[in-house]
Amino acid sequence: MADDDIILSELSDDDLVLQMHDDLYDGLKEEIEEGVGILLERGWTPYDVLTRALVAGMTIVGADFRDGILFVPEVLLAANAMKGGMAILKPLLIATGAPRMGKMVIGTVKGDIHDIGKNLVAMMMEGAGFEVVDLGINNAVEKYLEALEREGADILGMSALLTTTMPYMKVVIDTLKEKGLRENYIVLVGGAPLNEEFGRAIGADAYCRDAAVAVETAKSFIARKHNALRA
Amino acid sequence: MTLSDVALTEQGLPPARKGRVLLIACGALAREILALKAANGWDHLDLTCLPANLHLWPERITDAVTAAVAEHRAAYDSVFVVYADCGTGGLLAARCAELGVEMIAGPHCYAFYEGVDVFAAKADTEFTAFYLTDFLVRQFDAFVWRPMGLDRHPELRDSYFGNYDRLIYQAQTDDPALDAAARAAAARLGLAYERRLTGYGDLAPALAAL
Repeated sequence: MADDDIILSELSDDDLVLQMHDDLYDGLKEEIEEGVGILLERGWTPYDVLTRALVAGMTIVGADFRDGILFVPEVLLAANAMKGGMAILKPLLIATGAPRMGKMVIGTVKGDIHDIGKNLVAMMMEGAGFEVVDLGINNAVEKYLEALEREGADILGMSALLTTTMPYMKVVIDTLKEKGLRENYIVLVGGAPLNEEFGRAIGADAYCRDAAVAVETAKSFIARKHNALRA
Repeated sequence: MTLSDVALTEQGLPPARKGRVLLIACGALAREILALKAANGWDHLDLTCLPANLHLWPERITDAVTAAVAEHRAAYDSVFVVYADCGTGGLLAARCAELGVEMIAGPHCYAFYEGVDVFAAKADTEFTAFYLTDFLVRQFDAFVWRPMGLDRHPELRDSYFGNYDRLIYQAQTDDPALDAAARAAAARLGLAYERRLTGYGDLAPALAAL
């Protein structure tokens, strides 16, 4: 070990959280797992570790990706590091009854195997307190509908990377309409070739440019839904 | 004229200012278009290319094509855009329609090399295939390996390619060296390898019609 190596356990809480933001940025999975363990040992709630150390750190990564400072490889490494921390926290979050925002069914559409963006959205949604049911890649309309009903989901998230597969999102939304189910769900869509106009044209509730936007959009729609129920 | 793949990737190609129809194309198509032009004596066609590495930022393609049309159209009778949709989500086609210029049909160059209809018909069985063309085989490191960070972080390979099962090399020319390079690329990505001699596909009739 070099003399200038940082000993995580010797840092104050505030410094450790800042160091974890740096370590997430640098994609250092083992350091993140160690930091999570230290904060838990110091009596932090799993929810605080998640939001203040991991989600806040990934938010910085997301902003720098959006601004062209970081690129996909670095985001993947950061996501992998966050996943390490999440794996420790997830069972504890369930056990400690952390606040739940709502439930999302998410998947890449039929004929499309690209899942990097979808995986990032799923992870950030979990980090924000949503329960996420990830259907994976290549999902036909029947699979989405069956999962939405089975899970009692609030949100449907669909992703596509190809110009040739993104129209399938409309097939899913049209099927929801035909069955009279469209108003039961908040439908969010995303993927590199999509844009807001496309989202509107196919009848989605919103197009989400990146994972951070997806989280904020989902929170805002869920809040509106709750307000409407109270009214 | 000697064409450098690096120049086609990073700078593109200026027009020769000869001919009445200007092709505004992706640098990845320059060699193929010039080969067709020479083989068919299409002296009425001039070619300018935008840097092929625009594909690393597909959201920039539409504006770059628009700027090229604005810069050059006054010097020609007509302009033809030799980009497929290329990940612009329909925005390039919409812009070309607004500008009153035509473009080649198809989602990607590897669709029109195969033939757009044939490619579409195979979509259900080939959506787990990763495609390379002659240009992409030659520029594999510049377009795939390095931009994906695999030179620095080879452990990310399966995050990108874990859902693919094969690499299909669509050969425009019958070149054993490119075949070997494509096979090596497949091995680096951990994918099965298939070579398909497509020639120029829909590109030839599209240019012949101009």
